[in-house]
Formats: sequence, structure tokens, C-alpha cells
Amino acid sequence: MAKTLFDKVWDAHVVSEVPGGNQVLYIDRHLIHEVTSPQAFDGLRQRNLPLLHKERIVATADHNVPTKNQDQPIKEPLSRKQVQMLTENCAEFGVELYGLGHPYQGIVHVIGPELGITRPGITMVCGDSHTSTHGAFGAVAFGIGTSQVEQVMATQCLLLNKPKTMRINVDGELANGVTAKDIILYVISTLGTGGGTGYFVEYAGSAIRALSMEGRMTICNMSIEMGARGGLIAPDQTTFDYMEGREFAPQGADWDAALAYWKTLPTEAGATFDGEYHFKAADITPMVTYGTNPGMGMGIKEAIPEHSTIHGDAGLAKAMNYMGLQKGIKLEGMPIDYVFIGSCTNSRIEDLRAVSRLVKGKKIAATVNGIVVPGSQQVTKQAVAEGLDVILREAGFDFRDAGCSACLGMNEDKVPAGKYCVSTSNRNFEGRQGPGARTILASPLTAAAAALTGRVTDVREMMI
Amino acid sequence: MTPFIKLTSSAVPLPIEDVDTDQIIPARFLKAITREGFGENLFRDWRYGKDGTPKVDFVLNNPMYSGQILVAGANFGCGSSREHAAWAIGDHGFRVVVSSYFADIFRGNALNNGILPLVVLPEVLHEIFETIEKNPTARFTVDLEQEQLTNETTGTVTAFEIDPYKKTCLLNGYDDIDYLLSQREKIDAFEAARVDYSLL
Ligand code: SF4
Repeated sequence: MAKTLFDKVWDAHVVSEVPGGNQVLYIDRHLIHEVTSPQAFDGLRQRNLPLLHKERIVATADHNVPTKNQDQPIKEPLSRKQVQMLTENCAEFGVELYGLGHPYQGIVHVIGPELGITRPGITMVCGDSHTSTHGAFGAVAFGIGTSQVEQVMATQCLLLNKPKTMRINVDGELANGVTAKDIILYVISTLGTGGGTGYFVEYAGSAIRALSMEGRMTICNMSIEMGARGGLIAPDQTTFDYMEGREFAPQGADWDAALAYWKTLPTEAGATFDGEYHFKAADITPMVTYGTNPGMGMGIKEAIPEHSTIHGDAGLAKAMNYMGLQKGIKLEGMPIDYVFIGSCTNSRIEDLRAVSRLVKGKKIAATVNGIVVPGSQQVTKQAVAEGLDVILREAGFDFRDAGCSACLGMNEDKVPAGKYCVSTSNRNFEGRQGPGARTILASPLTAAAAALTGRVTDVREMMI
Repeated sequence: MTPFIKLTSSAVPLPIEDVDTDQIIPARFLKAITREGFGENLFRDWRYGKDGTPKVDFVLNNPMYSGQILVAGANFGCGSSREHAAWAIGDHGFRVVVSSYFADIFRGNALNNGILPLVVLPEVLHEIFETIEKNPTARFTVDLEQEQLTNETTGTVTAFEIDPYKKTCLLNGYDDIDYLLSQREKIDAFEAARVDYSLL
């Protein structure tokens, strides 16, 4: 029977079957960060268990780190302690750590791919829901809880129920100014935040094939925002070109062997999915969210709906109250206070290039607080090499050091209560960017346009 | 893990859909390095004002409602994978969360912490909310062995489904890790037999 990409990768990692339908799944690579790992290391100590395969784990510090003066000790004592704890745990268990100050440090979902750790055909986990990002390479990658982090540390395996499969096809060409971020916000606004629950999603179609690896990562990253267990895209020449020569990518004969294997992975013709959707790229315009979950999104020219079939009228009313907005209004033209360009969704070099191209030689509005936070030290290095830092600073952006930053209100970077922030991150939940902060999710281009005008703006009108 | 077998309790209603884990426990409270003490900050920003005063209109601050069962709208626990959300719910004293469906990661995290994510049909959920609205101290019995939820007020008995393996774990207080450790020989055999492209 014709097999899907997901089935091929998953089935190749099943160690044993448990009566009742669960399976023991082998995990090839494990990424960890400071927030969701301390209790797992503690669990190993309490049970007196060794870490089975330290060579399969890579650690970094990203959520708690300041994005200014990273050479100084972290000011906030609890954040400092958590990062310190990661350092101590990694030293004790012999785990490779790309901590603060390391040239490979960065957001866990940015560093895995850029270092060549993320690969097609592998299983990969992290105590972080956006692990779905790595699916862009054709890996089965998904977020797990801390108890499971401990299980993987101790056994390199997880006990799981195989998810159902879904295919989302996006065909045709995207209009100028419309990006991968707009595709995924559009899909989530159609299917809702629970539309993918129980499924692993494969993204296919000509519009997906045409995307760069950065764009594919943006799409897979947000799979979790529709409830999907993960997302993935078949590896192809774009994937291989991106990977070749990366720090930890296979080399020489190993590369040839791996490549031959990767080419066997794509979904075969005739394979069936438990669910399937078709979208047309031509229907997608720059997207903005108006509510308090990523499913509450609309095209830039549209008005906030009067009713929500997916989220219910009560949910919509609650969101309007929090956001200080009214049903039926348009967001286009509305003044905003902050622009955040960063996060594991959109902080890669391609994102910074796109923003730089748009703002080069211009100034962001005096009313806007604009920050750009590269996803990793490597992204920073590349941006500096290309002079993007200068372009962004001259335009009035604060260009920071790598980390999760204002994506979540955990480090020093927060959006104040009541302020509107156009953000390239992935979650507009209440309080996500700080208590009371009001988030409008958008693409890097739309965010850059908003920074320049000080208002929610249709970037298509600014592009030549 | 504490076993879960059967309980009878009143319930706390939270008729909101898509409750994400950032609401259950906001990120700024994830800095602890142990599993304890998260209950204090459960639903922090819905429960307390900026100055730390309890918000009177939030259900956890309403003395009429109490119990070990939390009843919530569809898609409970979406968003971040933080297990701290399950720890906070457990630490507050809940052993069961009832909803019409749960986000996948949250459901797994709850089960790994001895909390039963109990799925009922939307109409049953609606009836439970109605019962509690009429009588805030209405009691419900959750019987895991029998896979039955009984509304003690209406007498309605609803069957619920649970993965048989997870049921055994909950009934006995077993963790997945015990099972996985018992598979060590199979894991070794798997490693020995395959071509590994992940570390080349
Ligand atoms: S950037 Fe945001 S979403 Fe991504 S890992 Fe960091 S906190 Fe999570």
C-alpha cells in the first residue's frame, strides 16, 4: 500500500507495540532548554537513572535570556537560577550545551536546523510545542511534556498513540507581499485552533514546494496553533541544498548514503490521509489576527467578523474585550505601539533580509517601539556580515541579541498592558507578551510595514 | 504517581473554550525548578488583579464553587506544552478535568500526573454546566474502573472512553517510565538492527 511520509518515518521508529494500541517510539534527537528540563533531570536523579544517550541531546538557553548585554550575568534572580541549573545539569550528565555566550546559542527551533542537527526522516522531540518547526525537513518532530523529557533521557523512547494523518494542499502562486506566515495564519483561521487536534499534518502543493526552508519552517512551526501534533513537508532539492555543508550535517560518503535515504521518504502517489484540505494561494492576502488565539485571523482588508462559528460568540466577545476592539471594524489603519520581529516563527536570516529590504533608507514611526531579535547567534553573525544590523538600526529598530524575547512574557522583553504590538511570533494569547499586552500576529513584511507607518498596514501597497 | 480510582465531588465550572496553557499558568511563573507550588498561580491573570487582589468574578474566587473536578469548554489546554499547567491544576487539588476535547499535549501531561482528562460529548458537557449553574454544589461521581461519569443530581450516567493502557496506569499509579524501562532489551535490539541516519 502506498505510504505517506509520516507513516514511513514513524513506522521506521517503532520499537514495540503495547497491547491496546500504543507504541514505543524511538527518538533520534532530543533538544532541551532551561524551562522544561530541570524537573526531568531531577527525576533522573531521584530514580537514580543514567541518561541513556547523551550524544542524542543538545541543550540551549533561550526563553529566559536577556537580549541585551548577554555578556553580563542575568539580572533577574529566578531566570539566572534556571539558566544556571541548565548549565549544572548539562555538566553533570555530559550534555552538549550551547549556552549564553556560545556561538551556537539561540532559540532551540532555530539552532537545530541551522546546525544540521535537524534532518529528514528522523524523530525529534523537545519539551516545547513548537518542535513542530523541524518537520519542515521531513522529520517527525513534536513537543512533549517534562515527564516525557525525562522518559526520553532515560530510555530514548516514548509511549505514544499513533496520530491520524492530514494533508493540507496549497496550490498556485502567492502574490507579492504575501508570505509563508500568511499561508499558515490563513489556514488556521479557516480550520480553527482545534482543527488539527489528533493529527499530524503534511503540507503539500505547489505553493509549499516553492517556499524556502525558512518559509517551510514558519508553516510547520505554527501547526501546533491549530492543535496538530506536528507538521511536516517532504524533503526535496530545496531541503538538501539548505542542509549541505551545515556544521553537523553528514559529509562525504555519509552524505551520499543519507541523501539516498532521504529521497525515498516523500509520500507515494495514491497514499491516503485521514483528512485532507485544499487551499488556493491566490485567495491568500496579508493576514492579521484580531483576537486572542491564532485562529482569530483575517485578511488585511477584512473586518472583524460579527460572529465566530469556530470560536463561538462568547469567545469572540471575550477576545474583543481583552483586545479593546469591536466586532465589525477593520484593523487596517489602526495605530499600534510596538513591533516585534523575532521568535522561532520568524527570526531567521530570510526574515531579517525581507524586513531590511522594506525599511532600508526609511525611518520607523516615532510612535513605534520596534525591536528585531535574531533567532540565534548565527543569524546575528550573518545579519551583521550582510550589514542588516546597520540598516535596521538606521531605520530606528532596536537590534538585539538572540533569544525568545518578547514572544513570551518570561524574560525582560515585554509589551506593556494595553499596548498593541504587531508581532511576527506565533501566539496572541492573553498576556502572552506580558500581562495585558495586545498582540496582532502578522508576517515580518506586515510587521515592518506597521513599524514604518505606525499603523496596521497593507504591505502590498508599499512594495514596488 | 497517586492512583486514581473513583471520586465523588462537586465541580468548578469554567465554560470558556480554547483555554490555553498560558492562561492556566503564565510564562513568568515557569521559573521554578521543582514540580511543587504552581497551584498558587493557577489561572493567575484571570484570578488576580495586577496588585494581587482576587478578582471576584472569577470562578476560583467564588466560595460557592469547589471540588476536585474542573469542567471546561472545548479544546482545553491548547498552546504551550508546559507540563506546569498540569502541575498547577493538580497542585490546586483537581483530579479530573472534564471537557468535550483536550489539546493533545495537555491530555498526555495530565495523564502523566495522575489527572484524568475526561472527554464527554458537547451535549453532555452542556448538561453538566446547566446542572452546576442550577446548583453549585451538585455532585458528580467519576468511576474510572467502570468508565462512568454520574451526574448525582439528574442521575444521568455517561460512559466515557479511556485508552486501556492509560487506565491501568492511572488505576495503579504507574508512570510510562516504568513501562519504557521494562522495554530495554527491545530498545537495544532496535538500535542494533537499524541503519541510523540521525547521527551520521
Ligand atoms: S520563540 Fe516563543 S514560541 Fe518559540 S520557543 Fe521561544 S517562547 Fe516558544
